[in-house]
Amino acid sequence: MKPRALILLANGTNRDGDAAEAFSLAGANAEIVPLNFLRTGERQFTDYEILVLPGGFSYADALGAGKPLAIDLQAYFMDKVQEFIGAGKVVLGICNGFQTLVKARLLPGQTVFASDAGGQDQATLTFNACGRFECRWVTLRPLSQACIWTRGLEELITCPIAHGEGNFQGDHSISSDQVALTYVHPDGTPANGAYPANPNGSLHDIAGICDPTGLVLGLMPHPENHIHPWQHPLWTRGIHSGSGMVILRNGVKYMEAR
Amino acid sequence: MTRQYSSSKILTVPIHRFVIHFTHPDPRSMGLLSDAHALGFEQLKMITCQDMFFIEGQLSPTECEQLALDLLIDPVTQAANWNELPGVSSDTGVDRLAVEVALRPGVTDPVAAQLVRAAHELGFTAVRRAATGTRYLLTGLNEEQAGELAPRLLANPTIQRWSLEALTPSFPQASASSGEVLTIPLRGLGDLELLAVSASRRAALDLPEMQAIQAWYQAEGREPTDVEFETIAQTWSEHCGHKTFKARIQVESTAHSSALVIDSLLKTYLKSATDAIAAPWVRSAFVDNAGILDFDDQFEVSFKVETHNHPSAIEPFGGANTGVGGVIRDVLGVSARPIANTDVLCFGPQSAAFADLPGGVLHPRRVLSGVVAGVQDYGNKMGIPTVNGAVWFDPGYTANPLVFCGTVGLAPKGFHVRSPRRGDRVIVLGGRTGRDGLRGATFSSMTMDAKTGEVSGASVQIGDPITEKGLVDVLLPARDRRLYTAITDCGAGGLSSAVGEMASMIGADVDLAHVRLKYPGLAPWEIWLSEAQERMVLAVPPENVPALQALCDSYATELTDIGEFTGSNRLVVRHEDTVVLDLANDFLHEGIPQRHLSARIGRKGVEARENSTVAAPAPLSADLRGTLLALLAHANIASRAEIIHLYDHEVQGGTVIKPLAGVQADAPSDAVVLKPAGTAGCAGIVLSNGINPEYGKQDAYQMALAVMDEAIRNAVAVGADPQRIAVLDNFCWGDPLRPETLGTLVEAARGCHDGALLFGTPFISGKDSLNNEYLGVDGQRHAIPPTLLISAIGRLPDIARAVTMDLKQAGNALYLVGDFAPVFGGSHFSLLTSQPLQDPAPALSRVTPLVYQALYAAINNALVCACHDLSEGGLAVTAAEMCIGGRLGLDIRLAEGDPVRSLFGETTGCLLVEVAPQKAALFEKQFTELPFTKLGCVQDEPVLSIATLLHSLFHIPIPDLVNAWNTPLQPAGGGA
Repeated sequence: MKPRALILLANGTNRDGDAAEAFSLAGANAEIVPLNFLRTGERQFTDYEILVLPGGFSYADALGAGKPLAIDLQAYFMDKVQEFIGAGKVVLGICNGFQTLVKARLLPGQTVFASDAGGQDQATLTFNACGRFECRWVTLRPLSQACIWTRGLEELITCPIAHGEGNFQGDHSISSDQVALTYVHPDGTPANGAYPANPNGSLHDIAGICDPTGLVLGLMPHPENHIHPWQHPLWTRGIHSGSGMVILRNGVKYMEAR
Repeated sequence: MTRQYSSSKILTVPIHRFVIHFTHPDPRSMGLLSDAHALGFEQLKMITCQDMFFIEGQLSPTECEQLALDLLIDPVTQAANWNELPGVSSDTGVDRLAVEVALRPGVTDPVAAQLVRAAHELGFTAVRRAATGTRYLLTGLNEEQAGELAPRLLANPTIQRWSLEALTPSFPQASASSGEVLTIPLRGLGDLELLAVSASRRAALDLPEMQAIQAWYQAEGREPTDVEFETIAQTWSEHCGHKTFKARIQVESTAHSSALVIDSLLKTYLKSATDAIAAPWVRSAFVDNAGILDFDDQFEVSFKVETHNHPSAIEPFGGANTGVGGVIRDVLGVSARPIANTDVLCFGPQSAAFADLPGGVLHPRRVLSGVVAGVQDYGNKMGIPTVNGAVWFDPGYTANPLVFCGTVGLAPKGFHVRSPRRGDRVIVLGGRTGRDGLRGATFSSMTMDAKTGEVSGASVQIGDPITEKGLVDVLLPARDRRLYTAITDCGAGGLSSAVGEMASMIGADVDLAHVRLKYPGLAPWEIWLSEAQERMVLAVPPENVPALQALCDSYATELTDIGEFTGSNRLVVRHEDTVVLDLANDFLHEGIPQRHLSARIGRKGVEARENSTVAAPAPLSADLRGTLLALLAHANIASRAEIIHLYDHEVQGGTVIKPLAGVQADAPSDAVVLKPAGTAGCAGIVLSNGINPEYGKQDAYQMALAVMDEAIRNAVAVGADPQRIAVLDNFCWGDPLRPETLGTLVEAARGCHDGALLFGTPFISGKDSLNNEYLGVDGQRHAIPPTLLISAIGRLPDIARAVTMDLKQAGNALYLVGDFAPVFGGSHFSLLTSQPLQDPAPALSRVTPLVYQALYAAINNALVCACHDLSEGGLAVTAAEMCIGGRLGLDIRLAEGDPVRSLFGETTGCLLVEVAPQKAALFEKQFTELPFTKLGCVQDEPVLSIATLLHSLFHIPIPDLVNAWNTPLQPAGGGA
């Protein structure tokens, strides 16, 4: 049976359609589910094997990107999401979804309110170092073998970013297994912070991280926007490499195999 | 008519003031510092931004701390301090001044709304209301300088208050009692008194119109209410009624034109062309909120382009923001999913000196930054890719910037309904109603003066794209389930216009007391006319209301039932028990007298055209290399990459040919190609545009032909089928009551007509924005140059055939196709050299449509590697851009003739085409009996080399071309 993917739609989510199309192509049964369906019980987290928090500007990113949706998660669904992960199911947060997972402290992987932690937070995604929203294509190197989404991927991935708050910063280091994807130059050499290969100033060129279980991945770039060869910016020059599908297929295959 | 609220009212519930500062580098500071320097505040050493939140509610110190940590700050990068008001304001630190900025009461504040919602979710139920603000700490300025900088950069007094001292929040308070309706006595007034009423209510109605209103009320035997008068003024405004385009125009006889009477420019020149072309793939032209075309068997595409010029002049962010929001709703109004946005922007020179600005005018730098940020904010947040556009600079736009916003929609066929039925409910969806944008329609129909910003402050709206996104989420499933029988958006004129339009064939009866308000105290006319954003009106059969309500609940969107469609053919509006409006449809919608205007066709363009056979000698310029680099760096030609990267052009995953092309993604695409998500097959949509006010200054007729040609040429360059292109017109002009100005409008409309017929390209929608004039404090009128934007939407049968403009392979041949007739009239070479030239604007050759057919066939047969059109700057700029795209060189040999003219003269109808040697013969065969020349070939050596038959003209390395082309749009050290 095809794994079922819950594409979470909050007020202001806008890459839900993109994520649904990509997960369908990757072999999942993707369904876009308005958040209120989960609140009313019309849909249950337990009906799905894959949880996707897609890109967008949930609640206008008021008070920080991903923050209001993170508060929704904390207020209504935290136990359900933890059960979901506890059941060995997989979670993907893309762009605003990544920001949400970090602000909800599901990534790098500890769930507490900031006020409970005495003001100490582990990580954040803050304003791009260039000071503005940017949409451009980037090159990614998949690294983590602990992360089920990036495990076994060797080729570089090419896909667009479109964000204003994707600058990964943290007080504490995370384990190297948790660094799932980094920004690199098109030839694969590390960006080492150089703009625009590293488009936002992220620490250690981090584009995506996973939680300690490897089931939850968050990343700023949009692999779901490079699933067709004609989406590559250089396809008219005969270049098609670097599809983002490999990440999504990894997640779907992982759930198929379970 | 703006209302003031008391902000000093004594409050019984405490207000807590939170100030948030960055502990990490603040990304906003850098940009503000360089902006301030560019505006002449070079003494400013540092600027630091802090966010302020005012939260009303009984909160303990512990709760305040929790609120700060869990909600207001990012603990990794920010810290907060807070105090209860009134209290000591936060310390500014040594040698620093603080400027505090907050929104005026009643201005939409989406962040505050989310703050309250989130606080309640977190359990802080004592939080009652919130307001936001920003605090700027300035180092290096004295108080006087800070007071100058604040309104120029940090605050816009139209929507914001600022102070060098601590601000207190101002929550909107109920003021005037609601339900108040005034009557406006008209029946006994003389002509001058009628005009005085029109002026005092800023109605922009002329005497015959006021007399028509008076006559109707005399027959009715009563006086109008304020609700009625305002409704008529809105419905009959230039903005809603297009009085000039429908007017009867007497064209004066001159030596060059005989006398002529035109009964409606719209009918005579635009609709008639579309009717004559009778393209079977046009599904709706000039009828709906947007033009509609066939896409494939299953889907149709819609396209609309609007302007939002006046609001953007006084509040650039909000004006452009709501301009985008408005045109998106136009496409929702034809039941389509918005799939792409376009933006074409015209500004004053970025280096303008403050001293040269007319009074009350914002600096063009600030207008550009604000407008671009407004476009970015709305499109990105809605998840609609902003993919095509243009930016043009001219001193004529300093006081009157132009902001054209377009949206493309996609809908399954057969779902666009537009007939409310008797008994259907009048349903309002989306945002709540406040005093936002009162009288926007009449405001945009008036000349602005230095006081406009002040008086019309309430005309400016702030958008809330997330609420509009909720509308999309609800409307598409509601459409698919056929829950409504008609739909329209609330734009200019608000409910009066939306309900009035929907009820125009049937009648409606609504109660304004049901309309949900942002805050109490609105008078009925304010509710009825409010231009609060993000609202749609639907006609919904009563049995479908519960299903629609359920959808709204799922997507957190508000639904309000305000009345019903009646079948009485009258529009009746109540406020509780009082009837505040009762108008017959035929009077409201047909009662406006046709305007009688006169036009005078100027001689300048006509003479230049007649003398065009006498070619003016081209000036001899020794420095061809320097000229080319200067053209590449010219503000109208240089790279727009810094703006393009601010727009999400990838969302929805359908951007096949992107706005930037080439190996470094830094070269300009001619057009964009989209493969709409959800469509089967391999067809694509092509979007492009044409605009050239420089030609308009020479000759409005030739400009219209040239910009139509440019829009079509751009589309054809990427592979669009020239037989399947439709266009939209947007005329931005000065005051049409001046016969010379109307004369150029008549000429441009005639050019549209002739161009449409020549190309077989129908117009499907259009809009005009007139009175783009500004009466400065100096008493001078500042009018914009005649500006016609043509937006093209085309179709490409197979996206795999699409072509980009970057050179692909050394050894390939480069062809020039089209009737190459370069001239200097209106050219950027003339602008650059400031040499008065006798040339006319470029003419359009009758062979051009055949050239495009041949090129399309060549592209469709995969004979073309790259293709780029000749536009501003001429052939040399086109060649340079192709080199930049491919990071490959070109070796070009020009035929005989004046090389300066060949390189830099401007022409219509021409493109450069790269063709592989093995396909050259087939390619040339496509152009049998059509004008084409082989110019040279692509070379590995990264140099643009151009020579005549006898000697070399220049060799420019590609990095030099790239450097010139990447000249920033906003020079760092402005002349301010």
